[in-house]
Amino acid sequence: MSAVTMLLFGLAMIAAGYLFYSKFLAERIYRLDPDFRTPAHEFRDGVDYVPTNKYVLWGHHFTSVAGAAPIVGPAIAVIWGWGPAFAWVILGTVFFAGAHDFGALWASVRNKGKSIGTLTGNVIGPRARNLFLVVIFLLLLMVNAAFAVVISNLLVSTPTAVIPTWGAILVALVIGQMIYRYKMSLAWVSIIGVVALYALIFIGAENPIVLPESVLGLAPRSQWILLLFIYAGIASMLPVWVLLQPRDYINGLQLFLGLGLLYGAVLIAAPDVVAPAFNQNVPAGTPSLVPLLFVTIACGAISGFHGLVASGTSSKQLDKETDARFVGYGGSAGEGMLALAAIICTTAGFATLADWEAVYSRFGAGSVGAFVQGGGAILGNGYGVSTQLGATMLAVMAILFAATTMDTGLRLQRYVIQEAAELGGFKVNVVVSTLIALGCCLALAFGAGADGAGGMLIWPLFGTTNQLLAGLTLSIVTVMLIRQGRPAWFTAVPLAFLLTMSVYALLVQLGQFYRQENWLLLGMDIIILMAALWVALEAAIAMSRGAKGKPVVEQRG
Amino acid sequence: MGEDRRDGLFKQLSAGLREYYVSPYRRSFARLQRDEEDLFMLLVFAETLGVPNPASWYTMEMMPVLYEQFHDWHRRMGMEHSPLDHLRCC
Repeated sequence: MSAVTMLLFGLAMIAAGYLFYSKFLAERIYRLDPDFRTPAHEFRDGVDYVPTNKYVLWGHHFTSVAGAAPIVGPAIAVIWGWGPAFAWVILGTVFFAGAHDFGALWASVRNKGKSIGTLTGNVIGPRARNLFLVVIFLLLLMVNAAFAVVISNLLVSTPTAVIPTWGAILVALVIGQMIYRYKMSLAWVSIIGVVALYALIFIGAENPIVLPESVLGLAPRSQWILLLFIYAGIASMLPVWVLLQPRDYINGLQLFLGLGLLYGAVLIAAPDVVAPAFNQNVPAGTPSLVPLLFVTIACGAISGFHGLVASGTSSKQLDKETDARFVGYGGSAGEGMLALAAIICTTAGFATLADWEAVYSRFGAGSVGAFVQGGGAILGNGYGVSTQLGATMLAVMAILFAATTMDTGLRLQRYVIQEAAELGGFKVNVVVSTLIALGCCLALAFGAGADGAGGMLIWPLFGTTNQLLAGLTLSIVTVMLIRQGRPAWFTAVPLAFLLTMSVYALLVQLGQFYRQENWLLLGMDIIILMAALWVALEAAIAMSRGAKGKPVVEQRG
Repeated sequence: MGEDRRDGLFKQLSAGLREYYVSPYRRSFARLQRDEEDLFMLLVFAETLGVPNPASWYTMEMMPVLYEQFHDWHRRMGMEHSPLDHLRCC
């Protein structure tokens, strides 16, 4: 089958989802009201609450939710063949992620722009609020450790990406100065920044950098992980305008550019999909498709992280309530497109089935490396450049997404630690709390077998935690719908499905970690399992309470 | 005419991009500004709070300007009531 068919079919499904299903949700379920006074107008303060143009807001929402995760997940999950990954990404985007992101935005807008954390307390109960903090901390911990492993793997497998990866930090620093010190026009700054970044990619493609075989007994992968965490630690303590803000900005531009380039290359090169639709001979040790597929691909199908963005910032900037459809549903559609690109790169970017099988030699082996390798080949064929250059470009794209998430993740984790310490009655300063956060992440990254043995073992755990968060958000939306006497099936069914699959996956992995005698991950698994059961319990209690209560007649306007 | 319109489009694009650049960080900047102002508050009221300040001759004249914000400041600093005898804001 040609990859163009897959691409067009996938896009058509997502477009149909936006045109029909999101319209249905907007009119019948969430019942958006163009006259509703949104929090952006009601509490307008020029800081958090600012009515924003819906295209700008969508740009923000999309670039904050899409990152490395919708690439890594599908890139691992195609080991079961392209069929299951494709089906879950498309159906997930249309019926799960769309309804979830849209719902989170709606729930927050209807509740004075409150965040999911606060809403959990208000709608479900104060006990659930603590649960929410636990899930968030686990999620941050996982994402930092998993992304450090992803980046270090890429830096080792694509040594040409080293110069642009670290050079991008310099580009961001210069851009920050250009904007704040010299007040240059953003359009020019953007052009200069993107040109500089791509120049670095060209330079890097010619000059690979490989770390020494062993430093203090550490293999190159471990060396990179240490360097990355040192960088992330420093970056998370710098003022945001110096590095994080320009870096985020360049990444956003890079996301649009990279996605456009990839889609263009697939259309021009029209590669054939070499991977099987259903992989009959998966490598030994690959867990079964059900339930692992549904937690391996979290971002790209449904991800709780989106709810945090939707309720944390987007809801406070929504100009009209009816914009929620475009911003919320459209944001998840954008992410589905990125996941679709990842599936195509990892299944159509190889010459033969044997090549593909050599890359996907065991569960977690292909991952984002396969995306870079396959995507590089597609870009090379499409635009007539060297495969090396294409691979470098994609590696840099994935690394920059992951690295920015790490900066932000570490910063957030520091806040959580400082807050927890304050609850305990003592004060920790910035450096100490950053060191504690770094220590936790490093322990997990190395505990997961970062030197190449375990690699991405931790990934499904990250997916599961992400799904738990989505479960919490979906229960909030469902309870709100039940209380207002509206049909709740459209969020309750995804909720039930997600929680079942998460718990099932955790149990499967529990056995796996036990057999591998990986006590660290076993411990994590048990903690997450308890959190999952707790989420399920709270959701059930809240829903039955909601069903008993009288339906609240909704006030319009 | 055509150039004018292109210029307008360019400006619009720049404005959109600027909004895209600035808006996620508005809160961080507001917080940073507040922290800086809190520090300034401490400098101005240092002498009255019993902390010697060599520049108090100069900061003294700032006091009347900052009186209005004093209440918010001491609440933010974790003091339920004003720490100063002569300044009873609550």
